[in-house]
Formats: sequence, structure tokens, C-alpha cells
Amino acid sequence: MTIQEIQEQIVNEFSLFEDWMDKYNYLIEMGKEVPRIDERYKTNNHLISGCQSRVWLHAENRDGKIYFTADSDAVITKGLVNLLIRVFSGHSPEAILEADTDFIERIGLKEHLSPTRSNGLVSMVKQMKLYAQVYKLKQDN
Amino acid sequence: MNGLNISELNELRQQFPALHQSVYGKPLVYLDNAATTQKPQLVIDRITKYYSSENCNIHRGVHYLSQVATAAFEAVRANVAGFIHAAKSEEIIFTKGTTEAINLLAGSLAGFLIGMGDSVLVTGMEHHSNLVPWQQLCKRNHAKLLVAQLDDKGEVSLEQFGKLLEQKPKLVAITHISNALGTINPVKEMITMAHANDIPVLIDGAQSVAHMRVDVQDLDCDFFAFSGHKMYGPMGVGVLYGKEKWLEQMPPWQFGGEMVDQVSLQETTFNQLPFKFEAGTPNVAGVLGLGAAIDFLNQTGLEKIGKHEQQLLDLAIKKLQSVQGIRFIGNANNRAGVISFIVDGTHPTDIGILVDKMGVAVRTGHHCAQPVMTRFDVPGTVRASFALYNTAEEVEVFVSAVQKAVRMLL
Repeated sequence: MTIQEIQEQIVNEFSLFEDWMDKYNYLIEMGKEVPRIDERYKTNNHLISGCQSRVWLHAENRDGKIYFTADSDAVITKGLVNLLIRVFSGHSPEAILEADTDFIERIGLKEHLSPTRSNGLVSMVKQMKLYAQVYKLKQDN
Repeated sequence: MNGLNISELNELRQQFPALHQSVYGKPLVYLDNAATTQKPQLVIDRITKYYSSENCNIHRGVHYLSQVATAAFEAVRANVAGFIHAAKSEEIIFTKGTTEAINLLAGSLAGFLIGMGDSVLVTGMEHHSNLVPWQQLCKRNHAKLLVAQLDDKGEVSLEQFGKLLEQKPKLVAITHISNALGTINPVKEMITMAHANDIPVLIDGAQSVAHMRVDVQDLDCDFFAFSGHKMYGPMGVGVLYGKEKWLEQMPPWQFGGEMVDQVSLQETTFNQLPFKFEAGTPNVAGVLGLGAAIDFLNQTGLEKIGKHEQQLLDLAIKKLQSVQGIRFIGNANNRAGVISFIVDGTHPTDIGILVDKMGVAVRTGHHCAQPVMTRFDVPGTVRASFALYNTAEEVEVFVSAVQKAVRMLL
């Protein structure tokens, strides 16, 4: 599936939720999943700055595609980052760089998008795109 | 003295337009007052009035408007002096807020009182704004920062404080009330102890002035800093009080217009107190708004407000006990309307996000007091802080919201 298709799928899933509680229960559920990151990457080097809770993000390039793993000490934050991983992981750097993130608004989590929101998705998205940028530069060279 | 009765409380709430709104379809319960309080209509009106009919640069113009604005501005200085019972209006310096007040003091004392080999004494519960300026001053001037540590209740041991005074710091800089723990420091006693060693004392009053009657002469503090916006006044205005004997000796901190007397291309003589420390055009609207906020506090009565907030605090502590796994951070015997906690197995941010969806505004994180979080080995806390307009019903809504959030998270 393309990034766009995954985003549509998520929008469809979220449209089933009747209220904010269902939505957040789903995020919490996703946040409780076993962390996908290797313990050795949970270092300060992998911390995303600007988050109120700690978020570790690791990226690997395999066969021209980027695979993300992450963890957080806050469960909703972890749910959010897992959602982003589902969207962005396993795609080419170009696709990640080109992708927009309006699905977040469409699933009603807009309040997490404000650039000053310290638990926000903005720094996570930024960090993922930064990894994509770096791998793209490496490829181009 | 009793707190506020229901009709007084309702009447007070009516004066705060921002309280009467819904967030996510729920009535707003605003419990982030230690960060900033909402503003009563008379403060908003005062600012509007200034920009509508009095706007003018002050102190210099001979024309009518300038005189009106100058008189209003200086009347607030006298009002502030009365509010904290300063001996003279000249001891009141207007600043942008507590942070600037403390930076002003640190900047001025850096070239005057605190030099190589000297030390400054703070406590382990300082807000960053009363820690970082001293820490950085000490780094620059090769001085030493002494810290009175906190016990498990979040109190400073006076015994340790006394021991540190023996090292003869040049200044003691302590908070009146901890913004993260709610601890009310026994500042009067601490000031007496410091003065016995001839050491001047700065009190960071950002969290106290809106919640208790402050009398700087009774405390006998040498400096006292506070912000307008945490006491129902506007943002961008604050005060540094200093005893005249100190302010007279201290060199200016910022330079420019207003703070000068005679200027040639080579030399400048400086203006008198308080203008020596007020370079540039001040925040006139902010100062006038602050004056209105003081009038509001005086009319309402700080003793009543303090009592009311204490009742809310006691109720919140009692009700929150029912939350499984709750741990209060800060259990001082003498504490103000600030309640900081974590819940086992949850992250403060998660609780903050969920109660927000239920209309409850609390603060999560380190509250600009990271060393306090380190001391208690927590990533941050959830903090609810009360103001005069909060109600017992709001405490109930808040506690239910926390319970619901914890149920969702665990």
C-alpha cells in the first residue's frame, strides 16, 4: 500500500469511533503494544527533542526503504508514534518526504499538531522526514 | 476569616469572561492558575481604555495626554507600593515580569556585589527563573552556587540553610511558594537568619502575591519580585521591589532612553530611582492593567482568597486519595493551592491529555523546575493550581476526570 492508501485506511478506521474516548482508547491500545524498538536504540541520541514525554525513534534503510521503530514512556504518545510508523515505515525516502499529514486532522487529532504542543506529533513527523532526507542524500551521493 | 460564600464566588466568576466557555463541548475547568490566571473584566477594560483614549508616551511630553498617562502610570507605582507595603514608591521598579526582575537584579549585582570566589544561595525548589540567572552569573563571575536541598516532603531544612549561610554567600535568592510543590517557605525566618549574617535576600514572589498578603517591610526582604499575569493582571508586566539603600547603590542594568539624566557623546549620568532601572518606553497599558488587578485583589480581600484556595486544596487532596496509585509530590506542612502528583503506571502527559478532553486544564511536565523533578525522581507531574474563582464543583469534576483518565490508561 502507498502512504496515501494507509492514511485512507486509518481515516476509515477512525470514522467508526463515536466519541473521543473510543479514539483515545484505541490510541492507548496501540500505545500498549510491545515496543518495536531495540533496547539498544533507547539512548539520548535517539530521543526526539521537544516532546514532553520521552520518545525514541530509530530508522534503518533496507533496500531503499526506511523502516522506523520507536518507543515512548507515555502511552498516548506511543500510540501516536506507532500510528506514524504504520504510515511511514517501509517506504522510500522520496515517498516519505512527499507525504502530507492531513490525515491527522481528518482523524480528529488536530490538537496534537500545533507546533508548540510539547507532546505533539509535529516533532515526530519532522524527525521521520529528517531521516528520510538524510537517506535520500546518501542515496543521491 | 471564612472563605468566599457561594454568592460571592458566583459574582466573582461573572467578572471573568474567559471562564465562561466550553472546550470540546465541556465547560472549561481552569486549574492552571500557577502558570497564569484569567483576567477580570476591569483589567481588560483598563487596558482598552488606555489604548482607546489615553495612549501616549509617558514622562516626557508636556502635552495633555502625556500628563494623563504619566499620572496614571505613576499612580500605579504608588498602588503597587501600598499593595506590598513598600516604604516608598521609588522602591518599585516595573519590569516585564518576575524573570526580567530577577535578571535585572542579577545583571546589576554581577558588577557590584557578586564577584570571583563569592557565592549565591538558592534552594532546590527554585523555578528556573530564580535559578538559571544565578547559576549563569556564578559561571561568568567564577562564583559558586550554593543550594539548600529539599527533604522528602519538599521542604528546605532550616538547619542546612543555616549551615550554608556560614559560607557567607553574597545573596540569598529563594522562592516564597514553590510553583511545582506548593511549599510555602518560612521566608521571614530565613530572612532573619540571613540578615544575622548580613546577607541580603531576594524573595521570588511570583506564586505568592495573589494568594496571601505580602508585606515586604514586615518580611524585611531586600528584594521581592513578582509578575502581573499570575495575579489577574496582564502579561508582560512585573515588579522588582528593592530597598532604597540597595537600589541607590546598584548600577543600572539596561541602558537607553528614560533611565538617563545628562548624555553627551562621551558620558552619561543616570536618572534617579526608580527610573534608573527602567530603560526604554515601559509597558504602560500593562502597568495600568496591573493597577486594576491590584484594586480587584484589594476589593476581594487576600485573606478571603487565601482561605478559599486552602479549602479547595484540602478538598482536592482528600478526594484525590481515592485515585489508585496516586503519589503526591510535595507534602509540605505549610502549602499553597498547588497540587502536584503522579499516578503509578501512567505518565503525567497521558493524564494531562485525557483530562483536557474532559474540559479540565491542568499543567503537566516539569513546571520549569527540572531540578525538583530530578530530586523526586519523576519525569514530571500533573499539577492543578487554584485561583479565587475555582469552585468545589470544579474540584469534583477534576477528580472524576483524573479517575476516568487513570481507568483508561491502566
